[in-house]
Amino acid sequence: MKTLSRIYNVIIFGLLYFPIIMVIVFSFNSARYTPMEWKDFSLQWYEKLFQNEEILNALSVTLQVALISTLAATVIGTLAAIGIHAMNRKLRRVMLTINNFPMVNPEVVSGVAFMLLFVALAAVLPVFKPGFFTLCIAHVTFCTPYVVLQIMPKLRQTDGRLYEAALDLGCTPLQAFFKVTIPEILPGILTGALMAFTMSLDDFAISYFTAGSSAQTLSVTIYSMVKRPVTPEIYALSTLLFGTVFVLLLLANIGQVRDISRRSKRARR
Amino acid sequence: MKDVITLKDIAVSFDGETILDGLDLSIHDGEFVTLLGPSGCGKTTTLRIIGGFITPDRGDVFFGDQRVNNVPPHKRQVNTIFQRYALFPHLNVYENVAFGMRVQKKKKAEIAETVEKMLALVNLKGFEKRAVSTLSGGQQQRVAIARALANNPKVLLLDEPLAALDLKLRKDMQVELKNIQKSLGITFVYVTHDQEEALSMSDTVVVMDGGRIQQIGTPTDIYNEPQNAFVADFIGESNILDGVMREDYKVEFFGKEFRCVDFGFEKDEPVDVVVRPEDIDIVEPEKGDLIGRVTNITFKGVHYEIIVDVKGFKWMIQTTDFHAVDSVIGIMIDPQEIQVMKKSEYSGLYGDYSSFSEEFDGLADPEAENGAAQ
Ligand SMILES: Nc1ncnc2c1ncn2[C@@H]1O[C@H](COP(=O)(O)OP(=O)(O)OP(=O)(O)O)[C@@H](O)[C@H]1O
Ligand SMILES: [Mg+2]
Repeated sequence: MKTLSRIYNVIIFGLLYFPIIMVIVFSFNSARYTPMEWKDFSLQWYEKLFQNEEILNALSVTLQVALISTLAATVIGTLAAIGIHAMNRKLRRVMLTINNFPMVNPEVVSGVAFMLLFVALAAVLPVFKPGFFTLCIAHVTFCTPYVVLQIMPKLRQTDGRLYEAALDLGCTPLQAFFKVTIPEILPGILTGALMAFTMSLDDFAISYFTAGSSAQTLSVTIYSMVKRPVTPEIYALSTLLFGTVFVLLLLANIGQVRDISRRSKRARR
Repeated sequence: MKDVITLKDIAVSFDGETILDGLDLSIHDGEFVTLLGPSGCGKTTTLRIIGGFITPDRGDVFFGDQRVNNVPPHKRQVNTIFQRYALFPHLNVYENVAFGMRVQKKKKAEIAETVEKMLALVNLKGFEKRAVSTLSGGQQQRVAIARALANNPKVLLLDEPLAALDLKLRKDMQVELKNIQKSLGITFVYVTHDQEEALSMSDTVVVMDGGRIQQIGTPTDIYNEPQNAFVADFIGESNILDGVMREDYKVEFFGKEFRCVDFGFEKDEPVDVVVRPEDIDIVEPEKGDLIGRVTNITFKGVHYEIIVDVKGFKWMIQTTDFHAVDSVIGIMIDPQEIQVMKKSEYSGLYGDYSSFSEEFDGLADPEAENGAAQ
């Protein structure tokens, strides 16, 4: 039974990771064209990658969008979480459902919805013409729920009396917020920000519909490159993207595990 | 003496439920005032009104002559020691104590000096760098005291600060707190549901129940002259009997007239009569004012506690002599040991030991056990 379940696990993970592993392996292959055939180990596709204007441009757009949307989503998400936390139970549940919806909504639908919205707005306000700005707005929107979701449990664990204790010791409400509430929920804010950054890097569908031609993200660029004859350059790019997201998620998880063990240690006293 | 805090006709309700109902209270400068009452009677709520965390629905709060209903907590010259300490877990002991002074932008040297003084005061020298999560309950308690005192408050509000500590530590801390209060001359408003703690530490005890003040007085007043059956029962043990005031200094119960020291009642007014278990003399049956049969005896160390059936009413009597179950004894009560009270909503609810069983003792203090488990 045990071996059976182990075999099952190996098969599942194999199926999940096999294509990615193939992409990674072949990004180091020196042969040029499909069908795939291993020749020599080489880094030439990585070199080519970093000489490709289009890709470098997309990389810079992706990073800028990710940074801006992470920053904005973290601030908005933190404030939203605190607001939701202060609501009564019924309203809180409603708000959390509204918050969670974008995360389960099919991304294509969100993407199309954003596109329609921006097209409609652009008719009145030219800033909403698809481009860098709309890309940022869309990313902030779908990143924020992840931040809220990371911070809510932290707020629930925080003793409400701490905030009152700060007021009692002479803090204005704003000082108490920065000196006590923020440090208490900081682990949640950091993992939330990391999640937001990852989601932003990761996104394809919504970016595809909101970016327009002036500001393309990496994933959109990869997609458009696939339409032309595929070069292993794309493998190299995909490998880098995968590696970055993988490391970020790993960091977020490690942070969470550490925080949990610290909490339980504190609770045991 | 000058009043530092005055509460006038305070009323508070949560979700349509009345929590405080017409509270009037004056607190003198330098006084040790204790709010005493069962769980849920509104003690914490009263403190939170003084601290500024709750605005009353009705009534006024004065600090000195100044009405402070709308003054936010951070502008009030009081500091609170919260029911569960509420130390800042992300700061070490030093920073917790320094917190208030940092907010006030005090000079570094002054902060260091005050923190050192405060930690010495609460016997925590050498703990500066420790994380608060690594401290024992008693140590956290002391940090909370030091943190509040470092702000140099005029009034310190303490919400059951010792509830989570074990008995021995609690006794030690009671003495320490009392010493701190005396040496610094600060007004303490202290909340507890432990009557012994209230009696031994306070200048003034405020007995509360159901969101109302039942009695305000010195510990001896509260104990010797309870104003209604609730106070008599909540503070110590009491036998509470139905009686009729025949005339001044004469009260009748169990069909027998007793001399007493109370006066000023209507003629033939129904009253509650309190007799403390330790104030009753046991004599030969033929010499007693009342005669009863012993139904239970419990050894309590210093004395025995016996339950005596007198015409169906069960008395509790404390005596140093052994009396076997089923033996018949006489009861004698001196006039000054009889306390006559007006009838109240609590009449008939307390003071009869017919349901007496030893298990009750175990249930007496559930809050303290909860606290200790934290
Ligand atoms: N924020 C609140 N919302 C609703 N009800 C509340 C709130 N705060 C207190 N109460 C209710 O008010 C009543 C009095 O509460 P309070 O905390 O003042 O009691 P307490 O005398 O301090 O009791 P304890 O000894 O258990 O601490 C309780 O019935 C409690 O449930
Ligand atoms: Mg309380």
